[in-house]
Amino acid sequence: MRNKNSELQNHLPNAQTIRRFQLQNGITVLAYSNMESKSLTIIGMLDGGSAWDQPEKLGTANFTASMLMRGNEHLSFQEINDKLESVGASLSFSAGTMNTWFQGRALVKDFPMLLSLIVDSLTKPAFPEEYIARLRNQLLTSLIIRDQDTTERAALEFDKVLFKGHPYALPVDGFTDTIAQIQRQDLIHHHSSYRPQHATIAISGALPFEKMEELIRTQFEQWTPMGKPSKPSPAPFQLVQSRTRIHIPIEGKSQSDIQMGTFGPSRTASDFYAAYLGNHVLGQFGLYGRIGRSVRNKAGLAYYAFSSLNALPETGSWEFNAGVNPANVEKTIDLIVDEIKRYLQEPLQQEELEDSKSHLIGRLPMSLESNAGIANALLSIERFELGLDYFQTYADRLRRITPEQILEVSRRYLDPGKLVIISAGAKNEP
Amino acid sequence: MHNDIVTFQLANGLKVLLKEIHTTPIISQWVWYRVGSRNEKPGIRGISHWVEHLQFKGTKKYPGEQLDQTISRVGGMWNAMTYLDWTTYYETLPASEVDLVLALEADRMQNSTFDEGEVNAERTVVISELEGNENEPLFHLNSAIQAQAFQLHPYAHDVIGTLEDLQNMTRDQLFTYYRSHYHPANAILSIAGDFNTADLTKKIEHYFSDIPVHSGDSEPILQEPLQQQEKQLEIKGPGDALYIQIAYHAPQADSREFFILTVLDSLLAGPSPLVMFGGGSISNRTSRLYQALVEKDIAVSVNGDVQATIDPFLHTFVLTLNPTADPQQALHTFDDEISRIQNEPISKQEIDRAIQQAEAMFAYGSENITNQAFWMGYSNIFANYDWYRNYLQSLRSITSTEVQTFAQKHFSAHNRTVGIFYPTPQEEHNAK
Repeated sequence: MRNKNSELQNHLPNAQTIRRFQLQNGITVLAYSNMESKSLTIIGMLDGGSAWDQPEKLGTANFTASMLMRGNEHLSFQEINDKLESVGASLSFSAGTMNTWFQGRALVKDFPMLLSLIVDSLTKPAFPEEYIARLRNQLLTSLIIRDQDTTERAALEFDKVLFKGHPYALPVDGFTDTIAQIQRQDLIHHHSSYRPQHATIAISGALPFEKMEELIRTQFEQWTPMGKPSKPSPAPFQLVQSRTRIHIPIEGKSQSDIQMGTFGPSRTASDFYAAYLGNHVLGQFGLYGRIGRSVRNKAGLAYYAFSSLNALPETGSWEFNAGVNPANVEKTIDLIVDEIKRYLQEPLQQEELEDSKSHLIGRLPMSLESNAGIANALLSIERFELGLDYFQTYADRLRRITPEQILEVSRRYLDPGKLVIISAGAKNEP
Repeated sequence: MHNDIVTFQLANGLKVLLKEIHTTPIISQWVWYRVGSRNEKPGIRGISHWVEHLQFKGTKKYPGEQLDQTISRVGGMWNAMTYLDWTTYYETLPASEVDLVLALEADRMQNSTFDEGEVNAERTVVISELEGNENEPLFHLNSAIQAQAFQLHPYAHDVIGTLEDLQNMTRDQLFTYYRSHYHPANAILSIAGDFNTADLTKKIEHYFSDIPVHSGDSEPILQEPLQQQEKQLEIKGPGDALYIQIAYHAPQADSREFFILTVLDSLLAGPSPLVMFGGGSISNRTSRLYQALVEKDIAVSVNGDVQATIDPFLHTFVLTLNPTADPQQALHTFDDEISRIQNEPISKQEIDRAIQQAEAMFAYGSENITNQAFWMGYSNIFANYDWYRNYLQSLRSITSTEVQTFAQKHFSAHNRTVGIFYPTPQEEHNAK
């Protein structure tokens, strides 16, 4: 196995083939030249997310990001989209809790145009009133649709309970009443929090490094740093003290969604990899790991039932999800809790741990096949300080982990008596 | 990257397509069966998809979960899909493991056990999948449209099937269906990636040559007569968003008209992604319908869809309306745009733009090995690999006159079915 994996690792981006450099304005760039493709993908991340929003105007960061392509000092909405769509390029901006993101893709010949659009959108948005009104309607409609979505409603309530008091508790896209409150001045004010100093850009695609760097410097060094970056100081996370069980009734739905779980490790925590491997055995390997075998294969209750780690910079959540008939909600919750208890009773079998390790190590090249996959991975390398040799050290990081380490970390995070358990769907009452 | 492929057929009828790509030491294998919901009859609606699920339940050689474990432990990703015309199984994994997946697919082409207990456990899983679909208003609208648009052809029915049939189908019906449709002469094997063609050919002969051909029931598919008048339907369900779906009978994939329709759809609603997964998409904000409906605050989104199918299927548009908009006004505006494309000259520039968009989508969609193997098999379901190889050339040959002439025929009122999903307020549902 080791030799085969070595062969695969030779093809992966490494410290020699990833170029990392900094622009004069403080932007960090990671670039990878992939001459086998015909296009380039660029992904960027900067400070400024819903954590900056005033509570009564929640959704401002997302609204602002969505307005960036609706006109700037040089180009109208029509002209921006005409430039992109006429050559089959794409560009989008979005906001998370702590950051604003952009992602673009173009054929090689159109890449300079894409970079120019990104910089103009980030630095010179016009926020035309006509498009504020139009986008507001679109956002409100998406919230109406969200209200009827069992998966979304369960996830919203889960975040609200688990991250109580912290910006992670609130939806980035806001609520109908907060979206209605947002004015043009709020968008301009939020946009003023964008700074190049802490921004990171990752690029992968069919250009030599020298050309990539030249293009990036030409475009992005136009972005002048203005003032010191400011970050909100969210309240500390509060540990969950007891089991919480909430059902969100949504009538007329054939299927209910369950989301349950608790806190998990942050992406930079020293115990992240042990939890990551343990979770893979518990709810990922093959068709959803042990959870899938219990809920789907043996009981036949669900089309999907799995667990996942949502590892963020400051914290994380360890989540369990399933979609089931409303009559089977409680039975499914019981089965998942039973699996968690069994998982916490004794160390994993060596064989199932080795299966998960070899799967995670073996699939790495597949996740890096596309420019988007590489660019996303490069951004994570920078964001979580993983090192430019991350893909070369990844296998050894996983191989070193023992069943005892996994049991120890799992017991620290998972407590069946303190789970947040949410369901959304028809009738069923807890 | 090699641009050409090697094609051959085994004596038992298995069609094979191979493409060497040495950029990464991985391979992607796809096995396609010419069976989908088009082959189903009343009483067994959903059987193709259910058989697909049972193909993951094991053979004597690879019992139960061992199948899954075997692929997963080498880092492979694998899955399957069922559609109107086909069912396909794929594995993408390190090239060194090619023997493993050849052996596995050869084995489950003939030796799946369909254990009674597994059949019953999977029955509720498939029903759960159906229930998940039923949560979506657009699933109901689309189902109703297909059922109205087709009177004879089995494209009238959803791939997922009906609750009644899923509750009542027996293990023997499933096994008989499997034995009838899963055999080499009804299959296509496509593999792309890091291999040597001569070596791989020997391996394929070793694993697949001895699989016998079963005689399946191949009853002819009833062809759909021309629709005589516009059909309209309304459905109601929980929610607050109003959707309109408009569906026109569309040409089959292996016709020149299909390529004309592809350009026409791109002008009206933006380009559709070429592959059914991955590859991404581009926005449609400069398309005619977006400009007429979204930029005028009538709809919040509009999308078009064209599918490559063996028989004529549907060309559909979905409008998500602005909550304050009147559906009749939306339809009126939609019809104005249809009338405009039928009657006013279409510029060469607009056609060229649609072609450029398609070229970019084509480049993105061909960038990974999994998609390369997908296209070799997929194109052979409804045409052949030349269809894919010549895709851009076919689009480039389309003229604006052809697009307009086709639009005049295609967009006639009697060729369409219009469905509206009206949301019912929550309290109305609670009162039921």
